Amino acid sequence: MAAPTQRRIIFQHIDEPGYSNDLACYVRHGGYDVLKKAVTRPPAELIDEVKKSGLRGRGGAGFPCGVKWGLVDRKSGKPIYLIVNADESEPGTFKDRYIMHQDPHQLIEGTMISCFANNVKQAYIYIRGEMPHGARILEKAIAEARAAGFVGKNILGTTYSCDIFVHRGAGAYICGEETGLIESLEGKRANPRIKPPYFPAVLGLYQCPTIVNNVETLCHVKHIVEFGGDAFTKIGTPNNTGTRIFCVSGHVQRPGYYEFEAGKITMGQLLHEVCGGPLPGRTFKAVIPGGSSAKILRFGERFKGKRKVGAEMVDYDWGVEDVPMDFDSLGMIGTMGGSGGVIVMDDTVNMVEALANINAFYSHESCGQCTPCREGSLWMKKITTRMVHGQARSEDAALLKSVADQIPGRTICAFGEACSWPTQSFIAKFGDEFKHYPETKKTAKPAGAPELV
Amino acid sequence: MIAPPKPDLVTVNIDGREIAVPKGTNVIEAARLVNVDVPHYCYHPKLTIVGNCRMCLIEMGMPAVDPATKAPIMDPATGKQKINWIPRPQIGCGTNVSPGLHVKTTSPMVKDAREGVMEFLLINHPLDCPICDQAGECKLQEQSTGYGRGYSRFVEQKNVKPKRTQLGPRVTLDDERCILCSRCIRFSKEIAKDDVLGFIDRGSYSTLTCFPGKQLTNNYSLNTVDICPVGALTSTDFRFKMRVWFLKQTNSLDTESSVGANTVVWSREGQIYRITPRRNDEVNDTWMADSGRELFKTLRAADRLTAVKVNGADSGLDLAANAAADLFKAYAGAIAVVGSARSTVEEQFLTKKLAVALNAPTQLVSRVGPGDTLLISADRNPNVRGALVTGLIAALPAQTLPALAASVDAGKTRVIVSVGEDLAAAGLTAAQLAKVAVVYLGTHANATSAVAKVVLPTLAVFEKNGTLVNQQFRLQKFAKAVPAPAGATDDLIVLAKLAAAAGASVPSDLGSLWKLLAAEVPGLGPITYANLPETGLLLDATPFAALPFVEGETLHYKPVAPAVAVATA
Amino acid sequence: MNLKPTTLTQIDEVITHYPTKRSATLPLLHLIQEDVGYIPEGAIEWIATKLELEPINVYEVVTFYPMFRQKPIGRRHIKVCRTLSCALLGGYKTCEQFEKEFNTHRGEVSPDGEVTVDFVECLASCGTAPVVLIDDDLHEKVDCAKAKQLSAQIKAEAKKR
Repeated sequence: MAAPTQRRIIFQHIDEPGYSNDLACYVRHGGYDVLKKAVTRPPAELIDEVKKSGLRGRGGAGFPCGVKWGLVDRKSGKPIYLIVNADESEPGTFKDRYIMHQDPHQLIEGTMISCFANNVKQAYIYIRGEMPHGARILEKAIAEARAAGFVGKNILGTTYSCDIFVHRGAGAYICGEETGLIESLEGKRANPRIKPPYFPAVLGLYQCPTIVNNVETLCHVKHIVEFGGDAFTKIGTPNNTGTRIFCVSGHVQRPGYYEFEAGKITMGQLLHEVCGGPLPGRTFKAVIPGGSSAKILRFGERFKGKRKVGAEMVDYDWGVEDVPMDFDSLGMIGTMGGSGGVIVMDDTVNMVEALANINAFYSHESCGQCTPCREGSLWMKKITTRMVHGQARSEDAALLKSVADQIPGRTICAFGEACSWPTQSFIAKFGDEFKHYPETKKTAKPAGAPELV
Repeated sequence: MIAPPKPDLVTVNIDGREIAVPKGTNVIEAARLVNVDVPHYCYHPKLTIVGNCRMCLIEMGMPAVDPATKAPIMDPATGKQKINWIPRPQIGCGTNVSPGLHVKTTSPMVKDAREGVMEFLLINHPLDCPICDQAGECKLQEQSTGYGRGYSRFVEQKNVKPKRTQLGPRVTLDDERCILCSRCIRFSKEIAKDDVLGFIDRGSYSTLTCFPGKQLTNNYSLNTVDICPVGALTSTDFRFKMRVWFLKQTNSLDTESSVGANTVVWSREGQIYRITPRRNDEVNDTWMADSGRELFKTLRAADRLTAVKVNGADSGLDLAANAAADLFKAYAGAIAVVGSARSTVEEQFLTKKLAVALNAPTQLVSRVGPGDTLLISADRNPNVRGALVTGLIAALPAQTLPALAASVDAGKTRVIVSVGEDLAAAGLTAAQLAKVAVVYLGTHANATSAVAKVVLPTLAVFEKNGTLVNQQFRLQKFAKAVPAPAGATDDLIVLAKLAAAAGASVPSDLGSLWKLLAAEVPGLGPITYANLPETGLLLDATPFAALPFVEGETLHYKPVAPAVAVATA
Repeated sequence: MNLKPTTLTQIDEVITHYPTKRSATLPLLHLIQEDVGYIPEGAIEWIATKLELEPINVYEVVTFYPMFRQKPIGRRHIKVCRTLSCALLGGYKTCEQFEKEFNTHRGEVSPDGEVTVDFVECLASCGTAPVVLIDDDLHEKVDCAKAKQLSAQIKAEAKKR
């Protein structure tokens, strides 16, 4: 089956020749029309549109945006804050970067609609520190929007006021976790908070109700309000509405970002047809479908079970290539759609070394609060690094699995899962490669094998 | 004492046992009430909850209800309401009880979680227990024994961190032993209000430190040592001195002010090695000042009085009592008593008996200093209120004794019995002192003991039993931790002998004394030294409500009336 | 620590973005690092005073976030991405190439003082791997040849100075 064509909603103007990131260009393309209409509508109606749309968060967890907004404590009398999570840092993910650099007003418009809908008093864009240009572009765009009355005091002549400030991170993956982000924005170490009691919707930034949404999610809000929530559900598939941006990296002919209706494209179509298949002379070995913390899939494995199609339960028997790229299907086969970062590895890659690379990342990024994550992530790194650069033992596979099993579900935030899922899934899918690594090490590497750790 | 209002109770089920606990209690404390240990490191009942050590993971469930009708869903197998168990463990410290909450603390999930956390805590820990001061009272040791697997699978290099940092004048830090629980940081910020400690770097390389150039100098720094669950923070003074399991623990009180912080004195073979706080939620929570931990250091000082003297020559207790009796007879009607607000209630009671027998006017000496709003109050005497309760005085004492000085000058006072008070420090000149015969009871030499006609060495607080009444009018007891040096005699015996010399017969043992106290002192009713709870009893303060006490606000004390200006000489 | 007047103005302005001064900790650290090149001695106390904090509060933050450095670096800062997608396409080789070009080791200032090469975690441009951030500018698909070319550029600019 041929791959569907891209449906570019969020990325409509990305890489479009002649499209610039200034206000004039945005307005020329109909920019801020949606905001203009939105501020004439009752805010509750806008929230309803988002609820109806079924929009799921694009940051990684896929939590329904409307539900998130519904949890906000609106009776506390405290100001409500909105934070744009622009700390794009899950390895393999690179979509928000392009929105912010090339189409910042789309984000600002989506943000302001969301702020108006939720009676937000102040919004912050928390952008990762490694995007200094992005921060400057956003600041300039906000200034333009402010001057034009789209942001700031009495937006578009209404009584509603809300400003946006850009806040730069400084190199900490954990700031992508919403409560870690909030701590960071408060000027502290980004240690995620315990929940209960610190649910952002109730006790978030400055102990006030707070909404934290990903960049892409807020851009979707703009289009939802434009199309209407019901119309939006027609895009994509049930429970996986709208489009998804897939960021494909690693060993494919054409890596990059591709926007499709959610659930309408399979992994095989995406990698073979859209991305041009493996590099010459190579074959696909493994793929991580939703950012480096998502569980890895091994080409050749099969997934069987029953799934709901419409009202019926039907059998499925999928290879990796057959899996539809949506939250639910990827969840069914034991991994996740996450942030849309698809990392492809071909037959030159040794999985022990790939895991060592990932483990080095997560041990570097653990905030260090919770014992299992702090100690477990570094231990796994030490084991895999030793396997590659020192003595590898056949029993290391079992040890790695056992260490990884002691982490998830036992930490304050989802980093416990993020740091242990790679090890768990690599051992589950490529256990033999780990067991045989002591011998493999002694043999020559395949031609073109990358150094990974 | 007014009974506190009954808290709202919530029924929960812990390991199959139902228990009603106050609303707002967390699972660790609820489990404690049914004697179930939920191991933990970062949780401390008096600090904010951070939930980072993950040792207190428990399995938790709630009774199942139909989402639509809210009707209970029954389990046909048991006939009871079904419990929906949460598939992942929860932290006991951060989970407050709610009606019907079910908790498992011994399930395979919990056991596995604890084993995992214990293993993780030990992989980068130096395991230098043989040379670690915390050994014997180390939570890592205890919980490793109780909840660990008992073997190591770690073959990698351990992290290297600073081993001997002087965090301050009294606290030494070994960062390799630190498990990053952050109790010390929270204590410094939340209780001591001295935000000097913090973690630097990240992940497993996080390191506890002070800001370069700053030190943990506050007078509560040693509490960080007390609450450190491992051997990371150690007392520089106690370090390498003694194994804790050799030490005898005796309940005592901090006598440096009228707060009356509850303490434990740790001693071996008559020698005190350290003093630590003892939890009393109404007085000092789990804290005490560093300064109060030093008080034992004067016990063996060179100026300790250890010989009974009469006219400067070594004597004996009975001979000295006779000499006092002679003075009392010779100068009857010209005798004054200077009692002490540092004496125990029992001693003050005997002091009063003595004064009455001598028909002598009685005064006390006040000591004041700045209160620190925590556990050192402005009144640096520990027992002014005891003197009020026993009727030794009716008004608050002053810092000097001008009336007594005038009386000496006028020749109306010829003998002064001083219970541990240095009359020179209380304003009497050398010339005035030369005009009177002093009978001095005390522990250490001073200007008064030097000129006293009769010197009677007595005991320090650690060497005797007794009670004190703190600023809240809480009667609290302390016990003898170590024997007194040869030559010093229990104050009660000395006071009884002096009373006898004055013609009054009084007992000198606590049992008999308390019978008398209960009979003669209003409000002491059925109390005895033996039955007084270790955390004390509140006495009725209303008879003294009009007095202008000097204390300002401290941890569990709010002055009734605005405190008068505190002189800080 | 001598900050430029513009930095001081920016500092005073950015503090107004937040209801609590403490929130301005990261922005102030960024502004000072942009001005001075690193977080110099005294800066932490200065920020603490400015934001009514204890110095340890700021020190904890400085050491948590890897982008802040407490020592000077070379004139140019070369950050090579180390993480998986870049490594799969030769990120390690790219980093080694820069080290070789400037006769230096990662994390150190090159002997000529021109550059500091760092091997950093994911720069969120995995689709154009391997990527390198030189000062504020992202360079994409930096294989060894491109690393050589970028190094030559830096060296040429250095000569001109």
